[in-house]
Amino acid sequence: MTPARSDDELLARFRNEDRSALARLLSLAENGRAADLLDRIDGLTGRAHVIGVTGSAGVGKSTLVDRLAAALRKRNRTVGVVCVDPSSPFTGGAVLGDRVRMSGLSVDPGIFIRSMSSRGAPGGLARTTGDLIRVLDAFGKGVVIVETVGVGQGEVEIAGMADTVVVLEVPGLGDFIQAIKAGILEIGDLFVVNKADRPGADEVRGHIEGMLEMSNDRSGWRPRVLTTVASQGQGIAELVDAIESHHEHLCRSGSLETRRRDRREAELRRIVQTEFLARLDGELARGGEFAGVVARVREGRLSPHRGAELLLGARRPGPDTAGSRAPT
Amino acid sequence: MISAQKIRVLIAKPGLDGHDRGAKVVARAMRDAGMEVIYTGIRQTPKQIVEATLQEDADCLAISILSGAHGTLIPDILRQLREAKLDDVLVLAGGIIPAEDVSALKAEGVREVFGPGTDTRHVAEFIRENVRKA
Repeated sequence: MTPARSDDELLARFRNEDRSALARLLSLAENGRAADLLDRIDGLTGRAHVIGVTGSAGVGKSTLVDRLAAALRKRNRTVGVVCVDPSSPFTGGAVLGDRVRMSGLSVDPGIFIRSMSSRGAPGGLARTTGDLIRVLDAFGKGVVIVETVGVGQGEVEIAGMADTVVVLEVPGLGDFIQAIKAGILEIGDLFVVNKADRPGADEVRGHIEGMLEMSNDRSGWRPRVLTTVASQGQGIAELVDAIESHHEHLCRSGSLETRRRDRREAELRRIVQTEFLARLDGELARGGEFAGVVARVREGRLSPHRGAELLLGARRPGPDTAGSRAPT
Repeated sequence: MISAQKIRVLIAKPGLDGHDRGAKVVARAMRDAGMEVIYTGIRQTPKQIVEATLQEDADCLAISILSGAHGTLIPDILRQLREAKLDDVLVLAGGIIPAEDVSALKAEGVREVFGPGTDTRHVAEFIRENVRKA
């Protein structure tokens, strides 16, 4: 057994680029037990280029990430990878299989790959994915690639986490209307038609380009559509070039800084929300006034909206709204 | 609370045999027991397996091997685990391992060997009772 290590010792090893200290800090962050440590490494964050890779299940995200990471290594970048896979809604367990496609990378000391379960969170990421990105950033990884859960419709949380979002499509998934519904068109900085050796690739590319022409240009960046056959490494160099030119655009236009500030604020909101609900649960478990409000809402003697106001302290407890019986 | 900690099990297939049906059955069973299973695929080298165990901060490394090469591959993995200071990881082996080899593997540091027909609930229970406590 490893003896319980102090935060100081763990941080010292982390700063010394000890990979097992990085692994342990990632676990603590994932389990929501690293608030103090994350506070202490905050000053080291904000340097990595965060790349999000998203798309439906089976479009080849893991394979593309594998090739992308290898290509970035050839350009002397250090790379951190966070792969998110869904948890089982029935048992809370998960099978995380993204490493299967990345075994060629795992012995390069310049690459660190971490698999993560979504742990029931909607949106294509886990609740603490942002913290894992920050830990890898603070460790000194030049690039952090985040692979989302295979998304269907509306899992666009990656847009709030990454500097550059790469959206994958493949020929043969059918109606591109699905992508429009999913809101995925709005979040992509780059679109990749993977498995482009299959019939229909040009058509998919044309569809995306057509849709992009109709959409509003937000930040002076024109999303580009590329084609790859990731399993054979085709188109990867061009993708890395495009990612780099997007990064340059972000730096030049000042939107990198804006995105990062937005991200820090979003993180603050997420933490407050999570902590607030945790404290509420704590209060409820202790019983008392809070539990009384919940009981009244449950029994229909108080509306949910009014109950929420009471819990938030916006109003002093008053007579029940639903029905006129006095509280018991 | 979100701080519910999950047991992380890395399932590895070293060596040249490409039969991973058993490994996948165990992966699924451990998932159904509420664990987070990292599956790394077939034909992994000991170095790849140890590196993945480190990066994933796995609590348990479950090695599936059917090729008969357990006598060399498993000690190699255990040696590299010790070198990487990962000796607190619970190491299990499964697959086709003759009974006469089991005690040698245990002497090397494998905590338990599970052969064909093992009830996966028993494996899950063993992992729960024997992983390091954080």
